[in-house]
Amino acid sequence: MQLFSENPLLRWLMRNPIWGFVLIIFIFFSLSADNFFNERNLMNIVVQTSTIGLIALGMTLVMINGNIDLSVGATLALAAAFAVDVQSWAAFATWGNWQILPAVCIALLVGILMGAINGFIVWKTGVDAFIVTLGAMLGIRGLVFVYTGEQSFYAMNFAYSDFSFMTIGPFPVLAVIFVIAVLAVHWLLSRTVHGRNTYAVGGNREAAVNAGIRVGPHMMVNFMLIGFLAALSGVLLSTQMGAATPNLGRDYELWVITAVVLGGTKLTGGKGDIIGTLGGVLAIGILRNGMNLMQVPAFYVYVILGSILIAVLFLDKRFNRAENGGLRL
Amino acid sequence: MLLTRLKAGGPAIAKQGILVAFIVFMIAFSLMSDRFLSADNIMSVFRQSAIIGVMAIGVTIVVIGGNLDLSVGSMLSFATVLVVDLHDKIGPELAIPVMVMATLCLGAINGFLIGILRLNSLIVTLGMLSAIQGLVLIYSGGQNVDIVDQSGTWFAIFGRGAMFGIATPIIIFGTLALIFHIIMTTMPFGRRVHAVGGNPTASVFSGIPRSHVVFMTYLISALCVAIAAIILGSRVMGSQNNVGQGYELQVLAAVILGGTSLLGGSGSILRTVLGVLMLAFIQNGLILMGQPYYTQRLVTWAVIIVAVWLDVAAKRGRLFSPIA
Amino acid sequence: MNTAHEPALRLQGIVKTFPGVRALDGVDFDVMPGEVHALLGENGAGKSTLMKVLAGMYQPDEGQIIISGQAVRMSNPIEAKAQGVVLIHQELSLVPEMSAAENIYLGELPRKSLGRVDWKTLEERSNAILKRLKCSFRAEVTVAHLSIANQQMVEIARALTVDARVVVFDEPTASLTDAEKVVLFDIINDLKAQGVGIVYISHRMDEIFTLSDRITVLRDGAYRGTLTTAKTDEDEVTRLMIGRSLDLSRNEAPPKFGDTMLEVRNLACDGLFEDVSFSVRTGEIVGFYGLVGAGRTEIAETLFGLRTPTAGEIYVAGEQVTITSPRDAIALGVSLVPENRKEQGLVLQMNCRDNMTLPQVQDLTAGPFVAKGAELAIFDQYRDKLAIKTPSWRQSAAVLSGGNQQKIVIGKWLSMQPRVLIVDEPTRGIDVGSKSEIHQLLRELAAQGYAVIVISSEMPEVLRVSDRIVAMYHGRIMREFTIDDVTEDSLVQAISGIGPEVAA
Repeated sequence: MQLFSENPLLRWLMRNPIWGFVLIIFIFFSLSADNFFNERNLMNIVVQTSTIGLIALGMTLVMINGNIDLSVGATLALAAAFAVDVQSWAAFATWGNWQILPAVCIALLVGILMGAINGFIVWKTGVDAFIVTLGAMLGIRGLVFVYTGEQSFYAMNFAYSDFSFMTIGPFPVLAVIFVIAVLAVHWLLSRTVHGRNTYAVGGNREAAVNAGIRVGPHMMVNFMLIGFLAALSGVLLSTQMGAATPNLGRDYELWVITAVVLGGTKLTGGKGDIIGTLGGVLAIGILRNGMNLMQVPAFYVYVILGSILIAVLFLDKRFNRAENGGLRL
Repeated sequence: MLLTRLKAGGPAIAKQGILVAFIVFMIAFSLMSDRFLSADNIMSVFRQSAIIGVMAIGVTIVVIGGNLDLSVGSMLSFATVLVVDLHDKIGPELAIPVMVMATLCLGAINGFLIGILRLNSLIVTLGMLSAIQGLVLIYSGGQNVDIVDQSGTWFAIFGRGAMFGIATPIIIFGTLALIFHIIMTTMPFGRRVHAVGGNPTASVFSGIPRSHVVFMTYLISALCVAIAAIILGSRVMGSQNNVGQGYELQVLAAVILGGTSLLGGSGSILRTVLGVLMLAFIQNGLILMGQPYYTQRLVTWAVIIVAVWLDVAAKRGRLFSPIA
Repeated sequence: MNTAHEPALRLQGIVKTFPGVRALDGVDFDVMPGEVHALLGENGAGKSTLMKVLAGMYQPDEGQIIISGQAVRMSNPIEAKAQGVVLIHQELSLVPEMSAAENIYLGELPRKSLGRVDWKTLEERSNAILKRLKCSFRAEVTVAHLSIANQQMVEIARALTVDARVVVFDEPTASLTDAEKVVLFDIINDLKAQGVGIVYISHRMDEIFTLSDRITVLRDGAYRGTLTTAKTDEDEVTRLMIGRSLDLSRNEAPPKFGDTMLEVRNLACDGLFEDVSFSVRTGEIVGFYGLVGAGRTEIAETLFGLRTPTAGEIYVAGEQVTITSPRDAIALGVSLVPENRKEQGLVLQMNCRDNMTLPQVQDLTAGPFVAKGAELAIFDQYRDKLAIKTPSWRQSAAVLSGGNQQKIVIGKWLSMQPRVLIVDEPTRGIDVGSKSEIHQLLRELAAQGYAVIVISSEMPEVLRVSDRIVAMYHGRIMREFTIDDVTEDSLVQAISGIGPEVAA
């Protein structure tokens, strides 16, 4: 223990164990997979991670608030469908490549709107966010089916699918967008009044109410943020695919929650940060990518991820065992 | 108006809210479609809801015990693939018990991690959802499985057979619901599950073996999944390797609609059955009215939120949440 | 400037109704600058409603709030704070993962552009306030790492972010040790010296008589009168509160003790208590007295199988036993009425009958089913025996008063026919009237031949119910007294760690 308290890096790792894990698997795959440690693959990991990662940023806010959002996968699909479909609306037929702009704007607005609906319902009805967003997950997916008629949409404008291949300097544009989003949400959470209130609302709701924080609108803002990020993720995913399928984003909510919990955010709220979440999504991203390179069938990734999730929970419990004061309950 | 009604007759109406809503939907659909209330149609809805229904029975018990089970969907894939695959390899008389034992083992892992190690049930069953899905894929090699001789096996009776003119899935669903309703309402085990879900600490202080009770709820949940898998495998005579994907949340939706509180300690099997049937009838009614099947999801969204909202509102005595 | 004749705060004819209840019925109340005004009443008398009106959390239906001569309306806690009225909550309303500074300015964090927090200003101001309170910790520290007493200081520091005119303390000592109480009282006296009006709410008569200048009593939501502390006594206050005098006499029939039922030799549990030896006879009540954290509750939990002892022996009715779970304890006839009624004693949403039969429901069966008749018989028996007031057994335990809830828990364990009954803090958070009923009940139980252990932090309580008193300090038994040779002084010395040889 002496060792841990003296070395600042080790002390930091003790508080963020997921980064220790990221480091270990990073070294492991660098040594054992030939194509792992090179610039192109590392960029690739960031791009692959960004889809889940963007949503996880929003989920961190919502979960620190003491809420949860199960509807993000469906929101992602709805936004992707709008982003691809609106481009081909007759109204924008003469806009050339500019037709992408209203499409993306509408898609992002749809995401914000879905988040706003969730947040408003949680605020006004007082029904648990788990139930509200579970309903929304079914409902928004229903909207996707209604809107698309269960068909896939394909982007007719090639500029749209080319976007995902663009680079800024040496960096893929998708990676840059993700990094900017990470920095922005980290700044929001750690530096701004809204961010600090996020901890207050989740850590002690009653205290927050008594201190005059308007808890309802506050939570609604965070739901709108996660809606926006899910929509952004959907738009970027559809540029990568050049299409939007109605089943896009299925089970993403589970991956996202897994990543956020791996990153140390508490389900009960009040605790967590973006650094941890970034570790969580990178852990998943590196595992998938590395195992893929080692040609391990994708099936094993599920088993390993599930086991890791449970193991992290178990270790967390071992290290913070004092909860009952030693009472055998 | 609604508010004053809620205040006056609050808890009584809230308790029967799902029943009222159910009747309203039934009347509405029967006015819009002649076929809706026909015996054939009702039977077919019952039969279709049996799989979700059987799983919902187990999940209701887990939730009353104060936990969640999100692994039932993957577990259904696992059990169905296993029983269908083993059917042709070792015959149904062995395939069924082997599959049931294997599924119970998965339930026991859940029960061990959550009941005995006291890990958070949402995360554990989320992890199990992923891990079991992986197991299924590894086992099946990513292939779907089929029973070759579909007409010559007695295995067909569970999904396709009938007794006294009633389809077997309905009989299984009804019998299980009744048995577990009786266990939960009149037997010591049921009382203990309610106590552990309502206040785990006070239960231990009353000498109730909390770990054991929670462990048992997960075994029951796994048993229900195994039975659902028998019905499903027998009806389809084959299985996709992700057949149960998404079931966990549909099942949970039915349980919540039945008024079982996610906080634990309260809930009822019979009302879960109503929740299951209501979701099934809504889907059926919409299809009869010529709507695509997925419109059911939109209605479900609204119905779940309104149902839980009224429940919450009745408890706090006002319609809107007091938080600013 | 306020003159001494102008109240810092005055409430006039406050009426507040909830559906079906008139929670406050024309209450008058005022507090002068530099005065401690105690507010007293049984649970449900309307104290907390009145406080919430004061703090802007409720709006009164009728009546006026006058601050420094001006009628005001306060529609939320922030407005109340702006008017200089601050409420220190009974339950700590802090956010554990945030710093002390952020908690002090919760909801009013100083801002810079773009909604950023102005950390520099925040920490300068917070540290200044903590310094005023003579706190030894810095404002940057995370609240979760502070002791309960220091957390209370953070709570109090909130009152000083504004120019407070009136500070309301709601049962502030509930979770404090005696040493910490002294610090709190110093702060209250400091505030008082600065001309702040203090409203002090507590169940503890001794505190009220040490601190307050005046006492106002509420009963059933109505104003019952205001007394000057110096000119009144506990009896008068009690009569105003419950409408009658309390019977404080002990039952005078000399107790008859039987055989030793429970004996503990050299029991220890690492870090909690050590070398604990005592015995309890049938028909006897042994009181365990000590400060919070002295190890009394932990001994009870060990005897009930919730902790594993690291050394020592336990004998029940002369036989050595090992108790590894509550089931073992119950089988041996050891029962525990726990310290925290709502968290440990009851399943609140369950009905009264089910709560009462919970430990034995596995055995109360007819075939595979719970025998409803037998259950009801048990409930009826103990409802009558303990005079539990509930409209029906179907009532959920949540809606009963604290006294009746406690009786349900006691009934639950009596129905198990225990040989040893351990009662931990039997009257915590229970109003004065029910308190004396429960004391009477404990005496009667002993007279019927139960061996009873009562753990209490209240000296009057141990003195009233016990036949013998065990005084504990830091996990050790300091002294044992019989009721005839105990004095308040020697008891206080014993629980403060001063041994008998020093005291003598």
